[in-house]
Amino acid sequence: MLHIPCPWCGARDQHEFSYGGEAHIARPEDPAALSDAAWADYLFMRSNTKGLFLERWRHSHGCGRWFNAARDTVSHAILAVYKMGEKSPTEASGETKRSES
Amino acid sequence: MSPQPHRLPKGGRIDRSTPQRFSFDGRSFGGYAGDSLASALLANGIHFVGRSFKYHRPRGIFSAGAEEPNALFQIGAGGRSEPNLKAPQVELYDGLISESQNRSPSLRLDRGAINDLLSPLFPAGFYYKTFMWPAALWMHYERAIRAMAGMGRSAREADPDRYDQTNAHCDVLIAGGGPAGLMAALAAGRAGARVILADEQNEFGGRLLSEPGDGETIGERPPADWVAEVRAELAAMPEVRLLPRATVFGYYDHNFLGLIERVTDHLGDAAPYHLPRQRMWRVRAKQVVLATGAIERPLVFAENDRPGIMLAGAARAYLNRYAVQPGTKVLIFANNDDAYRTALDLNAAGIAVPAVVDLRADPQGALPARARAAGIEILAGHGVVGTKGRLRVTAARVARVSGDTVAGPVRSISCDAIAMSGGWNPAVHLFSQGQGKLRFEEARGVFLPDETIQANRSAGACNGAFSLAACLAEGAEAGARAAADAGFESPMPALPETKEVEEAPMAVVWQVPSDRPTGKTRAFVDFQNDVTTKDVKLAAREGYRSVEHFKRYTTTGMGTDQGKTSNINGLAILAGALGKAIPAVGTTTFRPPYTPVAFGAFAGRELHEFYAPIRRTPIHAWHESHGAVFENVGQWKRAWYYPRAGEDMHAAVRREAVAARSGISILDASTLGKIDIQGADAAELLNRVYTNAWSKLEIDRCRYGLMLGEDGMVMDDGVTARLAEDHFLMSTTTGNAARVLAWLEEWVQTEWPDMKVHMASATEQWATVSISGPRSRDLLAELTGDIDLSPEAFPFMSFREGTVAEVSARVFRISFTGELSFEINVAARHGLALWTACMTAGEKYGITPFGTETMHLLRAEKGFIIVGQDTDGTVTPADLGMDWIVSKKKPDFLGKRSLSRADALRTGRKRLVGLFTKDPKTVLDEGAQIVAEARDRPPMKMIGHVTSSYFSPTLDRSIALALIEDGPERMGQTLHASMAGHASTPGTTVSVRVTEPVFFDPDGERMRG
Repeated sequence: MLHIPCPWCGARDQHEFSYGGEAHIARPEDPAALSDAAWADYLFMRSNTKGLFLERWRHSHGCGRWFNAARDTVSHAILAVYKMGEKSPTEASGETKRSES
Repeated sequence: MSPQPHRLPKGGRIDRSTPQRFSFDGRSFGGYAGDSLASALLANGIHFVGRSFKYHRPRGIFSAGAEEPNALFQIGAGGRSEPNLKAPQVELYDGLISESQNRSPSLRLDRGAINDLLSPLFPAGFYYKTFMWPAALWMHYERAIRAMAGMGRSAREADPDRYDQTNAHCDVLIAGGGPAGLMAALAAGRAGARVILADEQNEFGGRLLSEPGDGETIGERPPADWVAEVRAELAAMPEVRLLPRATVFGYYDHNFLGLIERVTDHLGDAAPYHLPRQRMWRVRAKQVVLATGAIERPLVFAENDRPGIMLAGAARAYLNRYAVQPGTKVLIFANNDDAYRTALDLNAAGIAVPAVVDLRADPQGALPARARAAGIEILAGHGVVGTKGRLRVTAARVARVSGDTVAGPVRSISCDAIAMSGGWNPAVHLFSQGQGKLRFEEARGVFLPDETIQANRSAGACNGAFSLAACLAEGAEAGARAAADAGFESPMPALPETKEVEEAPMAVVWQVPSDRPTGKTRAFVDFQNDVTTKDVKLAAREGYRSVEHFKRYTTTGMGTDQGKTSNINGLAILAGALGKAIPAVGTTTFRPPYTPVAFGAFAGRELHEFYAPIRRTPIHAWHESHGAVFENVGQWKRAWYYPRAGEDMHAAVRREAVAARSGISILDASTLGKIDIQGADAAELLNRVYTNAWSKLEIDRCRYGLMLGEDGMVMDDGVTARLAEDHFLMSTTTGNAARVLAWLEEWVQTEWPDMKVHMASATEQWATVSISGPRSRDLLAELTGDIDLSPEAFPFMSFREGTVAEVSARVFRISFTGELSFEINVAARHGLALWTACMTAGEKYGITPFGTETMHLLRAEKGFIIVGQDTDGTVTPADLGMDWIVSKKKPDFLGKRSLSRADALRTGRKRLVGLFTKDPKTVLDEGAQIVAEARDRPPMKMIGHVTSSYFSPTLDRSIALALIEDGPERMGQTLHASMAGHASTPGTTVSVRVTEPVFFDPDGERMRG
């Protein structure tokens, strides 16, 4: 069970949180301009990274806030947490930004 | 009472002042407090205690610990009956009931023993090979093989015991309370750290508990005395928690570990009522010290599995710790010096040791020297190449061995026990569970802890340090450093002096040769699952070259002992068969639990009514006292129907529905989600999450909204009211209330943080009483003085605040039944009073409470969908015929883009229609599959299914809603629905006609009046 450092509440057990999948996937500015394939890419395609992964969590059974985390998917070490809208303080690997409009 | 025949007259850690009686397979025996079931059986001369899994070979007690593969017992009775308990781990108590397993009709006379003669039919993977032909007999083979599978029996009654769970945080968790763990606890405890020291045994000391009083010393004292002193010092430290009888069973992420503490298992019927049977500890530790010791490795030789053949360290434990003779003539067979300690102790206790058979050509260590001095014969460069005996070993066949051949004549040495040792395997299970990497040491053939990514240290035998001095030193260092890393600096404790005999090196031997051809002998690698060297080599030949494949194909390590005595030998022999180095083969993944943990311990107290919270509305007590039958909607209890005397559900629903459409009915709608949305951008938020437009909704008006996921599928629906320019009250379905609020929060927090809007749940703060029916306005008029109820002043789909039944209220004129309807919301604490006031005033109108079943029926007559019943996450608004609610003007909203996907626009999609059965009395099954052409056997193309189905008293016939491919294009067509059979009635197909999905008052005149 992970010990997750909520940026507002501090480190809490994993079961206080809900997982939110890959981070930094912005909703396309103009969905109508996207092809079906590009829209499907935004809806469904997510990275499955071995190693440093940027992801979202929500402290659902706590403060209720969403935040981002940089986690190593092999060791599960959480290298950083940072607020929504911020950039990861770690050296972000070359993650492909999905669905850039 | 006379002691047991194989109990030594003195010594051991048993309490001779407390004799106990227990039963084994129906016979009564004696033992003492402090015995394990294993030591008590051996004290009574009982070695043969079970039959192996596949071949049903007679098996005996093999070890003195958690690694036991053979001595598995069914213990206890009734709901406490537990299978597969390992005898060395069962603490004896007065009245203990034990039964051997895997034998029928009895241990001695077992039908399954024939498997041993038929063993060529049962190699590894036999169920893929032998029992394949003829195919017609597969089901018979399967039944027979299933009957053979498994060892003990599950209890048939509910487990009456209680299990607790507790959370704990500590600075240092120490797994293992032998010499290394005790020193670590001393170091960390003296530094002031909060320490938890856990050991799976009933007392601390580990291997030291098996040392004789007159042998090796710690600080000039017998080891047991040192243990007692250290334990006393630790017990006096307020920040140290001692947990004996507690196994650290799992090492998870971020130094989170699971421990299972056996609180009362050792007390039997004398267990105090107020204590839980077991307690699970969920521990988050800043630092972990692993002092888990080592497990002795068996030697693999032909016929190495007979009762009486056991691990040398176990024989020594039974002798010294329990004062039990493991045999009267005990042969020692080993490749190392440690086994000589067993020989010497047996000899000193007056037990005959016919020889020490040493695989090494020239053992020159101090321990062999002492053995020679004691007159024990040493057969150097020899091996045991076979054994004799059926229900007990009677002789060892011994010969000179050189490499993998027998190099001399075979002689038979009479013995009734063989104490064997192939060396010791460090117990690296927890280390590996914690993602630690192992490295292999050739000299002793052991895997040792290498790199770790978590904050832990290994100390003592589990780290490859086998000498007593090294265990104490490593334990002290690990404990001190762990405490320091947790912020508690302190000097290392002084190490006590030790007097121990130095050991000469061992010789690694993975397989002992035999003088007989391989096909004629069996050398067991995994005792519990009957895996032999032949099976390992077969697996290699058949291409199962990966260690994970080898494990599953041969089932090595897959028994209840989890391979503690078989995994290393197995993979080493596999490596030899493949011609690979052992580290290249590697180990299989170590997974928790280290030893089995009862399901009850994981469930803790969260059972029955505590499994999930039960949510009741403020009006619940009234429903209950008026005979309501309840159904679960999510976690809520909702009144399902209110049967009167003699009514079943159908009769009750019929009466409730008739009342709803003719007089007044009343429904508790408190469970529906209510979300309060406020802020300058509140209307804009609604525009983005609903399919329709909200900016122009007037204050005090309500609108029905449909919510889609980004994939365009219907997610939720509800009526939302505008209370002010920047204030809305959204309603959701009961089951989706939390999900919708989370959905809104997600979008606002992660995608639209600049929006000025905030949301709060108001579901539980308001009670909702819905009155509907042609007379509902008249009733409400009696209960309110300050709300103008006339149709002009209070039109359909509007909202008013005022006083109802003398309480401040919000009233919504909305309708789900299709009748004139008012939903009255009051503060939750007034809910029951409001309901009661309605019932009292409504009596003269014949007011009738109705439940969810009638509500579902009434709305279905009107063609109103229920999200989650008529939708399943794959249904778009167009599929439901609800294009009218999808705004064409809004440039974007959640899910809009998905509605123009090719797949959302294609023909052939399942769309909502109504169905009339040919026989109006027949009510379709919800979920029934629809076909266009009924045949008498499959295949038939399924073109849809029934989503909602009822008998409608309003129409006096059955009605149904269904999602069918191109449904609206099939208007008037006859299709067929499957109906499940019940008990002795077979299933049938029923003809149906496709019709509009609205059955009553399609223009909604009744609710708009």
